Amino acid sequence: MSAESVTLAKALNLGLRASMEADPKVLMMGEDVGKLGGVFRITDGLQKDFGEHRVLDTPLAESGIIGTAVGLALRGYRPVCEIQFDGFVFPGFDQIISQVAKVTYRSMGAWSMPLTVRIPYGGGIGAVEHHAESPEAFFCHIAGLRVVACSNPADAYWMIQEAIDCPDPVIFFEPKRRYWEKGELDTGVRPDSTFSTVVRRPGDDVTLIGYGATMPVVLAAADAAAAEGRSPEVIDLRTLSPLDLGPVLDSVRHTGRAVVVAEAPRHASLSGEISARITEEAFYSLSAPVARVTGFDTPYPPSKLEEQYLPDLDKVLHAVDRVMDF
Amino acid sequence: MAPEQWVERPRYVQHAEDVAEGAGASNVPSPDEVARGLRATSEGEDLIQILSPEGVLTPHPDFPVEVTGEMLQGLYRDMVLIRRFDREGNSLQRQGQLSIWVPLLGQEAAQIGAGRAMRPQDFAFPSYREHGIAWCRGVDPTALLGIFRGTDHSGWDPKEYRFHDYTIVIGNQALNAAGYAMGQAFDGKVGDGADAEATICFFGDGATAQGDIHEGMVFATAFDSPIVFYCQNNQWAISEPVGKMARLPLFRRAAGYGMPGFRVDGNDVLACLAVTKWALDECRTGNGPVMIEAFTYRMDAHTTSDDPSRYRLAAETEHWKLLDPIERVRVHLVREGLADKAFFDSVDVEADELAARFRDFAVNMQVPPVDRIFSNVYTGPHAEVDRQRADYLEYLAGFEEEGAH
Repeated sequence: MSAESVTLAKALNLGLRASMEADPKVLMMGEDVGKLGGVFRITDGLQKDFGEHRVLDTPLAESGIIGTAVGLALRGYRPVCEIQFDGFVFPGFDQIISQVAKVTYRSMGAWSMPLTVRIPYGGGIGAVEHHAESPEAFFCHIAGLRVVACSNPADAYWMIQEAIDCPDPVIFFEPKRRYWEKGELDTGVRPDSTFSTVVRRPGDDVTLIGYGATMPVVLAAADAAAAEGRSPEVIDLRTLSPLDLGPVLDSVRHTGRAVVVAEAPRHASLSGEISARITEEAFYSLSAPVARVTGFDTPYPPSKLEEQYLPDLDKVLHAVDRVMDF
Repeated sequence: MAPEQWVERPRYVQHAEDVAEGAGASNVPSPDEVARGLRATSEGEDLIQILSPEGVLTPHPDFPVEVTGEMLQGLYRDMVLIRRFDREGNSLQRQGQLSIWVPLLGQEAAQIGAGRAMRPQDFAFPSYREHGIAWCRGVDPTALLGIFRGTDHSGWDPKEYRFHDYTIVIGNQALNAAGYAMGQAFDGKVGDGADAEATICFFGDGATAQGDIHEGMVFATAFDSPIVFYCQNNQWAISEPVGKMARLPLFRRAAGYGMPGFRVDGNDVLACLAVTKWALDECRTGNGPVMIEAFTYRMDAHTTSDDPSRYRLAAETEHWKLLDPIERVRVHLVREGLADKAFFDSVDVEADELAARFRDFAVNMQVPPVDRIFSNVYTGPHAEVDRQRADYLEYLAGFEEEGAH
């Protein structure tokens, strides 16, 4: 198939379909993923085409979804669990932390855990409480889990397939407010590992680091900064755990400045980890302290205030000014 | 029922007709789904009903309730008013004034019956569809709007109304309610006194799949807690029918925990009232917990974001229209001469006034100050949050200065 313009939601749908076609052991599991096609329609049409034995409308219980997926994985299946919204993952958190992440280690490799947990995450859609959170740090903190976030349709298509193929469990963050944004997708040539960090825009002055939902904000800020005469380099992490630090450190050693952008709260966060690693490993290249643009250390606010909470173009530019003027 | 009857047809054995139809291919239920649905819903003989869909009143020997014209008028008024502002909530969402609305349409009797069974000292733990319970607790409907307009996460003082915050994570509140009821017992509020208390916990059929509901029931029975588990079985958890959560009627689970369980006609406000009143009294006098399954139907979408035409049959909704919770009360009032046209007209006028006030309030709601983001994260000062608040306000002030130049 040649390149076409599709939404991120459609790209995920196509990626899931490709995985299901490639491997009859791939299962979809979750609340409303069957007939309804999921509340975001990411699994739209899959039950119709693959049957209800491969696309399972589960009882309404996240611990049940994850816990039974563990058992199915032990039995040789490759379950793909959909958590309906970020804030609903926590009933399933115990299973993720206690079983999903540790089965391989505990069994000294006798078991693998090829399980994918898809989590639509992040804010910006005017939703009620528990529907706009960025809980990636919880999962990045747990050894045994791979954590990734896609930011555009092409990555979504390939990354979901790589997640499903992966013998380790993958927590797969989908930027829900970007579901309807379109991008070019060429399904013809599978890229090398997409669980890797990439430079989205080359530059010389300052490294802007984002992932998932914040990438369009970061890229727009880079455009604006460039219009002001700066030369920003933009990095899309894609893999959040483990980190692929090479491209990050190469960039910072070149630019001497870094701004990390994430929706999640600041304290004990992924943005903090990246900042620490840059400081530890590229200290002598830094011309300014690493700056962060993050959510506040508060619960996610009511949606009428979310634009104040979320990183935006002005906040990123403000941080760029700070590191440039240091 | 004998176990062998439950499993006459293993679901994952391939059946020729499933393959031929392409299972799950449309919103027509598969044979398995029909069988599961029937098992989960079909035990009509257990349904406690006092006011039939035709408006015929038959007292129930186990659940006596004194019925007067004035009382029925009150219940009718309650149901009409909550339906009216519920419909207004839907309209406001469609017009972009609310980001979402969670309709209660069809569940008026299940909520008003339970809500009016409560005493002032009782405490209710809602899910997020309990606008009718909020009404009965005295929470003004406009106080619900902040959640759905996105100006706040809650809008009333839960202690003042003895009505907890809406709980969105499915089933969480069952444990919180069980714990609250433990406290009522520890405080000596269970007994024959006029001030004896009980707790009532609201949840849906979907929630019964969650571990929290199970654990809540285990804790409640372990501590003999004064709590009524009130399940509004509206038969749909977004797109998933109740047969996905349960092979047998939900109220039967109560027996497994060692508490009484009842299935009540959730569209019969008198039955809901009588059974809930009985259950709360059992709890407050030390015979709790109790489980009630109010068997009703979600007449509208799960929320305004949902499209039920993708997964359920219109004919099903049409059937339930005949069982409307308000219409049967109206018919009874008219037939028995307990209310005249002036009464019905006055309720309609009041409903329109409420809707207008509800709408007016909604469209005039202001975005809260930025300070709200940082407020009440902790009960007192917090160095880091306070610093972030100060930094952000200073940052915003920078824009104002720029604008002034």
